[in-house]
Amino acid sequence: MNNLNMAKIQLNGLSYEINDGTNLNQLLNKLKIQKNKVAIEVNGQIVEKNKYPKLILNKNDKVEIVHFIGGG
Amino acid sequence: MEDIFTIANKNFNSRLIVGTGKYKDFEETAKAVKASSADIVTVAVRRVNITNKKEPLLMDYLDPKSITYLPNTAGCYTSEDALRTLRLAREMGGWRLVKLEVLGDKKTLYPNMIETIKSTEILVKEGFEVMVYCTDDPILSKKLEDAGACAIMPLAAPIGSGLGIQNKTNIALIKEQSSVPVIIDAGVGTASDATIAMELGCDGVLINTAIAEAKDPILMAEAMKHAVISGRKAFNAGRMTKKKYGSASSPENNLI
Repeated sequence: MNNLNMAKIQLNGLSYEINDGTNLNQLLNKLKIQKNKVAIEVNGQIVEKNKYPKLILNKNDKVEIVHFIGGG
Repeated sequence: MEDIFTIANKNFNSRLIVGTGKYKDFEETAKAVKASSADIVTVAVRRVNITNKKEPLLMDYLDPKSITYLPNTAGCYTSEDALRTLRLAREMGGWRLVKLEVLGDKKTLYPNMIETIKSTEILVKEGFEVMVYCTDDPILSKKLEDAGACAIMPLAAPIGSGLGIQNKTNIALIKEQSSVPVIIDAGVGTASDATIAMELGCDGVLINTAIAEAKDPILMAEAMKHAVISGRKAFNAGRMTKKKYGSASSPENNLI
């Protein structure tokens, strides 16, 4: 009964549901995002790429995933 | 004579830096960048669109291994936001060479120099190589250099205005006093503006809107490339002295 073990986080300003115990690598896989093309902030703190597998997301965490876009 | 363009101990062939915003799509962006022959492109840091996973990525069109990405802080109005943006950019792939821009006003997009100087000091301490967008004020430009900026980037005119160089005297003064490269950033409208910047002795020019909003952006990118080369060569050649009256180009003796 996985549905009972879901947690809501704030992802890029939107409400997003994850399985309990999801780490940042798993979140990126689910979103089909390659980690070498982004940077991630959790609750205002930048997370180094080598820490993605260890960082387990908690309920109400504020996650920002950013990348480069065109700009002047 | 070799004429090398060096920023933060790194050499570049082209003195033209181009922005990657405002294009129709990434395909056009890539074509314009290629036509410009720029070695450095500015890029912005923004949220990934998590609702549309098929959204194209800039990196798939412009390979950061073959062109230098210069992350910017466009849209930041406080030192805090600018620092956050550049720290994220660095985490993305080790970018240390960055463009700092802290805006002060939404209408003019003029830089807030107090926040800009403050941010420069912090970023330099954190090991960033900071190219700084600034007003064309010689005193504040000097302060930026003292704070450790690796390039001074005064505006020619407001961002996206296309008005050309509004204060040639100030730009020349800034260039004269600076020991780091001076790059005109913002306000260039057409090729002659870029040439004038280079003729004033500037080390480079950063252009986005003038290329992206031209009717034919790719042709304009090529025009800007030649304009920058032309202005640089004219500067190195040393222009003739201006005279008040005519001076015949053909010999005046032995006339028939």
